[in-house]
Amino acid sequence: MPVVPAKTPIACLLILLLACVTAPARAALTIEISGGVEGALPIAVVPFDISTLSGKPPADVAEIVAGDLDRSGVLEAMERSRLPATPHHSRQVQYDRWRAAGQDYLVVGRLLEESPGNYEIQFQLLDVLKQRQLLGISMPTRTRNFRSRAHQVSDLIYEQITGTPGAFDTRVAYVRAEKDAARKYALLVADADGFNEQDVLQSDEPILSPAWSPDGSSLAYVSFESQRPEIYIQHLATARRTRIASFRGLNSAPAWSPDGKFLALVLSKDGSPDVYTLNTATKRLKRLTSHRAIDTEPVWTPDGRTIIFTSDRSGTPQLYEIDVDGGRPRRITFEGRYNAGATLSPDGRYVAMVHGDRGQYRIAQLERETGTLTVLTDDSLDESPSFAPNGKMVIYASTQGNNGVLFAVTIDGRAKHKISTQSGDIREPVWGPFKSK
Amino acid sequence: MKANFKTNPWTVVVVATLLLSACATTQDEILDGPPPDDEIQMQGGVDDGSGADASALDGTDDGTFTSIVGDDGPPMSAVERLEQNDGDLAIRVVYFEFDSATLSDESLRILEAHGNFIATNGSVSVRLEGHADERGSREYNIALGDRRAQSVRRVLLFQGAALDQLDTVSYGEERPAMLGHTEEAWAMNRRVELIYTVK
Repeated sequence: MPVVPAKTPIACLLILLLACVTAPARAALTIEISGGVEGALPIAVVPFDISTLSGKPPADVAEIVAGDLDRSGVLEAMERSRLPATPHHSRQVQYDRWRAAGQDYLVVGRLLEESPGNYEIQFQLLDVLKQRQLLGISMPTRTRNFRSRAHQVSDLIYEQITGTPGAFDTRVAYVRAEKDAARKYALLVADADGFNEQDVLQSDEPILSPAWSPDGSSLAYVSFESQRPEIYIQHLATARRTRIASFRGLNSAPAWSPDGKFLALVLSKDGSPDVYTLNTATKRLKRLTSHRAIDTEPVWTPDGRTIIFTSDRSGTPQLYEIDVDGGRPRRITFEGRYNAGATLSPDGRYVAMVHGDRGQYRIAQLERETGTLTVLTDDSLDESPSFAPNGKMVIYASTQGNNGVLFAVTIDGRAKHKISTQSGDIREPVWGPFKSK
Repeated sequence: MKANFKTNPWTVVVVATLLLSACATTQDEILDGPPPDDEIQMQGGVDDGSGADASALDGTDDGTFTSIVGDDGPPMSAVERLEQNDGDLAIRVVYFEFDSATLSDESLRILEAHGNFIATNGSVSVRLEGHADERGSREYNIALGDRRAQSVRRVLLFQGAALDQLDTVSYGEERPAMLGHTEEAWAMNRRVELIYTVK
């Protein structure tokens, strides 16, 4: 989305309204932020002026924005009850009061209702110390994509302050398993803040390894619905799905190429599990590895030239990299007995993985250029890491008691929040791409 | 129950699953008992309620099915022989070490008995379900379960089972036999289950 540098207090942006299918917001997931983060920049988000609306707005923009910024670990939103004043426009701001309250940044704004169901969100980001506006934006929205627009406000604020695009207006796919439910397994998609949870698929049989298509329109996944693992691609908006791999033996671990034209996958039809690539248009299948050992969990590097995968050819699972045209795989992990389940950062600099060492399975990050391995988490059964599309956070699955929960941790490890659900396990989180704007 | 078995081959699966979930819900009792001392912990047979001896494994039976052919009446069907066996054929689960698809000597002996039985009973087929414990990544565990099922398949084929009698599937860590994050639970979950059906 283009951001107009703010010369006038409010720069108007014309944003096309994308027709997106969104159910009424419901928070099926609970997000707990564990305490403040040292060094987080203080920001106050004042409740927006809604006095001109005919009724209640679809959601509280300031609350959504404050929650988003808090979870980033970079910013810390002031508690609403402590706000020293409630201005809605820079003209009403007395900067001294906000400086005295220890705030670096201030967000003010209002909602306008152009016609029933058609709103305009107007906001300003103000630098308290320099007493000037950093951003002033007006964006139209409708009831059905109201929360999404509010997350875009967070994205713009985050980018203005940090220089990195925000990843708040994104979605996460994950699998839920409920012990006593009629339909035991569900593949779900929710907003990154846990709202708008939507079913993609329900099944009595396990579902695993969801993978977002690069354009965010579809998910590939493995379903056991016919009593064995098969790979499907499902278009989210239409729910249309296609079974794309149903060979004898394993059909597993789908991963999209960055251009969305190929799927890497694992088949055992020729003996042991090996990595293949499949042209999704021509259905042409190409075998990439052929080794007696387990070769699995392929992921593409962002340049589309190589694939990183897990193999136990050395005796224990380790990560290897191979050219998409084939050739000899190169081992890339050497620390620890167990390195599996790789995922690439969006810029391709880092590989996150499950790192097993002395009986503890944690998420670690390998810097590809230097080979430096950093352990990011501290539990004992962590798995399924996935980077936010801006590369600043990793979401992963963990276990608390007998429940599967998710955590999102900043890549510097400074901030972490827990995502859980009222009933059942949640697992295998995959952070979706930026929405196309 | 035997008639039921014939008309509905999936009965075996259902009952076996019930047994497994019973295990899962009585974890405390199991944990209170003596610690596992070898790889074969669980009686994986089918309790058909007919008193046909699906008793606990004692590991001493030589258990070839030829020894249990009825001495009067009509010859027993494959199903009856399978059901009434209280030796190796009654054991329908073999267990593995962590991150390994290698069969122990005891598992080999059990699987050889199954292989012989399958080879001489063309009407049965067996689904080999490979499983892994929860540690590490899910997809790697699916591959590991596949390798385990393949190890078992190889032995059964070697004993003369036909290709079309055997089917393998891996559930990885998705279908634990025992819940919990203990060495005991993990040992119970690293397994291949043999699930018989009759054509």
